[in-house]
Amino acid sequence: MAPNLTLLLIAGFLIACGVYLLLERSLTRILIGILLASNGVNLLYPIIAGPARLPAFIGISPRDGITDPLPQAMVLTSIVITLATTAFLLTMAYRAFQVNGHDEVQDDVEDAVIRRLALLDEASESYDAGVTSGEPGEEAGSDVVGGTAPEPGDLGRSGLEAGSAVRDGAAPGSAAPVAGDPAGRAGAETGGGEADR
Amino acid sequence: MTWLVPMPILLALFGAGLTLILGRRPNAQRAVSVTVLSLIVAVAAVLAYRADRVGVQVTRIAGWPAPQGISLVADRLSTLLLLVSSVICLLVLLFSLGQEEEQRRRETPISIFHPTFLALTAGVSNAFLTGDLFNLYVGFEMLLFASFVLLTLGGTGERIRAGTTYVVVSLVSSLLFLVALAAVYAATGTVNMAQAGARLAALPIEVQQVIHFLLITVFGIKAAVFPLSAWLPDSYPTAPAPVTAVFAGLLTKVGVYAMIRTQTVLFPDNALQVPMLVIGILTMILGILGAIAQGEIKRMLSFTLVSHIGYMVFGIALDSDAGLSGAIFYTAHHILVQTALFLVAGLIERRGGSTSLNELGGLASASPVLGALFLVPALNLAGVPPLSGFIGKVGLLRAGVGAHNWLAGVGVGAVLLTSLLTLFAVAKIWNRAFWQAMPLVENEDGKLVEAGLPLQPSMAAVAGALVAVSLTLTVFGGPLFGFTDRAAHDARSGAYSAAVLPEGVR
Repeated sequence: MAPNLTLLLIAGFLIACGVYLLLERSLTRILIGILLASNGVNLLYPIIAGPARLPAFIGISPRDGITDPLPQAMVLTSIVITLATTAFLLTMAYRAFQVNGHDEVQDDVEDAVIRRLALLDEASESYDAGVTSGEPGEEAGSDVVGGTAPEPGDLGRSGLEAGSAVRDGAAPGSAAPVAGDPAGRAGAETGGGEADR
Repeated sequence: MTWLVPMPILLALFGAGLTLILGRRPNAQRAVSVTVLSLIVAVAAVLAYRADRVGVQVTRIAGWPAPQGISLVADRLSTLLLLVSSVICLLVLLFSLGQEEEQRRRETPISIFHPTFLALTAGVSNAFLTGDLFNLYVGFEMLLFASFVLLTLGGTGERIRAGTTYVVVSLVSSLLFLVALAAVYAATGTVNMAQAGARLAALPIEVQQVIHFLLITVFGIKAAVFPLSAWLPDSYPTAPAPVTAVFAGLLTKVGVYAMIRTQTVLFPDNALQVPMLVIGILTMILGILGAIAQGEIKRMLSFTLVSHIGYMVFGIALDSDAGLSGAIFYTAHHILVQTALFLVAGLIERRGGSTSLNELGGLASASPVLGALFLVPALNLAGVPPLSGFIGKVGLLRAGVGAHNWLAGVGVGAVLLTSLLTLFAVAKIWNRAFWQAMPLVENEDGKLVEAGLPLQPSMAAVAGALVAVSLTLTVFGGPLFGFTDRAAHDARSGAYSAAVLPEGVR
C-alpha cells in the first residue's frame, strides 16, 4: 500500500501550523492551533485507509473493491470529539475574557513564588517556622515561634506577599504573630471541643 | 454472565442521562447517582470474583466477531482496578453530598455535578474494560471531557486559569494518541489490542519502536510521569475537594493501566525497559523533591501523586511477574490512599479555613478526629509498616532486587529514598498544620477568632470510611497480593489475547 503523499504533506503542514499556534499565549490562537492540528491528524485516517476505492456497501460494490470502512468510522468519532473540544475551549476563552479582560494563559502563581524564593536562595516560610516548632508537645517551643519567627521570615514574606494576595485575596501574614498567645490557645481548645461533636 | 461486562459503562451512562433530566430535583438526582454507583460497585465485585474464579470475561459488542468489532474484556487486572475505582467514586460522591447546601451551590452546581461525575465514571470504566485501542481513546475522551467540566465548575478566574493548562495539555495528548492509533492501524490493519500485539511483533524493529514510544508518551502524559507531569500540580489543587480527590485517585491511574496494557499485550518483549526505568526513578525523586518545596497541602499532595506514579512505572518497567504484581498492588493501594488524603485536605480546608501551611495550625487539638483521618493515610502513603503502602513497596523492592540489573538496583534505592522523603513531606504537613499553635484571624466585628467551620460529621464519616477501606488492604494484603500475582501472570502470559481471540491470532 503506497501512502498518499499529497494528503500526507497537507496533514504535516496543518499539524506544523497548529503546533506553532499552540505555543502562543492567547487562548483564541491556541484554539485555532488545536483546530488546525486536529484536522491535520484527522487527515491521517483517510491515508491509512489506503487508496480511494468504491463505497463500502455490501451488495452495491464488489466485495474486494471496497474501501476500508474502519478508518472512516474512527475519523468520524474523532471529528465529533474535535467539535466538542472546540466548543469547550471557545467557552473557556470567553470565560477567561469575562473574568480577566483578556484570554491569555497565565502562569501558576504558587510556582512563581517558589521559583522566586529559590532565586533569592531563601528557605520557604513554612520551612523556617517548621524547624522552630519541630518539637512536639513543647509549649515553650511554640511560644518562641510567636516571638522570633516573624523577623527572619520577613524577607521571605515580603516576597510572598504579592503572590499569595493574588492567589486568594486574603492577607497571608495576619495570623503568625499571635500564634503563641495563650488566650488564643485556650480559645482554640474550647472551640475544638464543640467542633468535633 | 458476560452480559455483566458492559454494565459498569452502561449503568453510568444511563445514570448520567437520568440525572441530567432530574436536574431540578436534587434529591432524586442524589438518589439516582448513589444507586447507580452502588450497582456499579456490586457489578465490579461480581466481575472481579468471576475473573478470578471462572476466567477472563469477554463481551463482543453487538455480536461482531473479535478483530472487527469492539470487545470488552474483564480480566483480573481490569476488574481489580474497576472495583477500586468504583468504590472511590461512590465514596467521593457521598462525601460531596455531605457538603452543605450553601457550599455546594457555590462550589459544585448540583445540576451539572452529578451527570458529569457519572460520565467520568463511565469513561474510567470504559478505559479499564475495553480491549480495543480506539475504544480506549474514546474512554479517555469521555473521562477527559467530564474532567474538564468538573475542573472548571463554577468558572471562577482561578479555576479557568488552572483549567486552561489542563485542557490544552489533555488535548495535545489526545492528538498524539490519534497519531499513534493511525500508525498502529496503518502498520497492522487492526486496533484490537490482542491482534495488534501479535501483528506488531512481526514488524521491523524501528517501526515497532516508533509506535511504542508514541504510545508510552501519550500514556505518560495521562499518568503524569516526570518530564510530562508539569501540568498536574498546576491544575488539580484549585478544583473542589471531591473533584481533586477523584482526579488524583483515578485519572492518572487510567494512564498507568494503559501503560501496563501497552507493555504486556502490545509490546511484550519490552524494548523500552531502560528508558522506562530511568523515567520511573526520575519521577519518584523529582516528584517528591517538588512536594517538599511546596507550602500548600493540596499542591504538596499533587506532587506526591506524581512521585508515587514513579513506583508504578518502576514496577511495570521491571518486566517480571513480580514487578508487575507489585505495580498493580501499588496502583490499587495508591488510588485509595491518595483519594483519602485529598478528601482529608478538603476537610482541613473547611476546618482550618485554608490549605496553606502558613495559615494553618492547631488542628490536632482543635479536631483530633481530623488528625487521625490525616495521619493514617499519610503514614500509609509514606509506607510505614504494617500499612498497605509498606506491603506494596516491599513487593516492588523484592521485584527490583530480583531483577539482577544495576539500574533496577538504583531504582530500589530511589524507592527507599522516596519513601523517606514522603515521610518528611507528610511530617511537615503534620507539624505545621496539626501541632503548631492555631493562628487566629479577625472576623467581621474585629475580634480574633479561629478560622474555618466545624467539621461536618457526614463528611468526616465518609473520609473515615475511605481510610477504613484503605486499611482493609492492609488486613487482606496477603490474599490481595495473591490476586495481583495471578493478574500479573495473566497479563504477561498471553491469557488476555487468548480470551479475546479464541480462534487464535492471525
